[in-house]
Amino acid sequence: MDPIVQAASVFSAALAIGLASIGPGIGQGNAAGQAVEGIARQPEAEGKIRGTLLLTLAFMESLTIYGLVIALVLLFANPFAV
Amino acid sequence: MLNFIVAPNSFHLASLEVGHHLYWQIGNLRVHGQVFLVSWFVIGLLVIASLLATRNVQRVPRGIQNLMEYALEYVRELSRNQLGEKDYRPWVPFIGTLFLFIFVSNWSGALIPWKLIKLPEGELAAPTNDINTTVALALLVSLAYFYAGFSKKGLGYFAKYIQPTPILLPIAILEDFTKPLSLSFRLFGNILADELVVAVLVLLVPLFVPLPVMLLGLFTSAIQALVFATLAAAYIHEAIEGHGEEEHAP
Repeated sequence: MDPIVQAASVFSAALAIGLASIGPGIGQGNAAGQAVEGIARQPEAEGKIRGTLLLTLAFMESLTIYGLVIALVLLFANPFAV
Repeated sequence: MLNFIVAPNSFHLASLEVGHHLYWQIGNLRVHGQVFLVSWFVIGLLVIASLLATRNVQRVPRGIQNLMEYALEYVRELSRNQLGEKDYRPWVPFIGTLFLFIFVSNWSGALIPWKLIKLPEGELAAPTNDINTTVALALLVSLAYFYAGFSKKGLGYFAKYIQPTPILLPIAILEDFTKPLSLSFRLFGNILADELVVAVLVLLVPLFVPLPVMLLGLFTSAIQALVFATLAAAYIHEAIEGHGEEEHAP
């Protein structure tokens, strides 16, 4: 395999996962903060808030996972490897 | 390529093999055998558990009957929350099957030491860490919500594509493609990421250190099964419910 392609693949795999984790990180922080606020304001709603929070966190995490899938494709199933 | 990642350590418990499969040739098809083996195991486990639970049904449930009744109540509650009281009943088997199959697959991949069984090529793992399995499940969900929409509204189902305004038609069509795409990628990526993280940690420190990550993996696997089932139910609900029924304030 061409060393340039290899270097570019590794580099872009790192970029893909790194960039993809910025947005969901911010989003998850926001969501968790709001959930804590909600629980502090209304402790009796804790169960419901926790359930919704976990589900939404999983949705946000899936954005990072898309980046991860791209990174894995670049590393293990590179379409440009000859 | 990247052979340095495939570095079996002294225990032979930890090696990363992504993209290596046990190929079976069936007619013109080349299938990934290890996925089939573990899927059959999971299906067998579920069937045996169901048979054991319903063989001798008691009024006061005990043991495995209790467990399976708990699972049934859980998936029923899940689909009722998404689909609403009126339409949820016919969809409980579908959504429950999805949930249980994905859940048991994920956990069997994490809990059963498949790596001890040597295969000529590839390795046994959760069936959901193969993209083909998750794409199949996601396409099933697509079929299911189209079927739900058609059986409820007939050809009027297509009205939802142009309902608020025809300008959004391309996006509405695109949505039908992104739904299975995101469903399959989410499940596949999460499960594969779990296994990769655990494998890399086992490669670095074989003892004790990977345990918290394994627990986190168990947690995310369960959440992913829940997310998949919830989203499937939500898509079906979206296809069933009337689009123009609720009035929006201007």
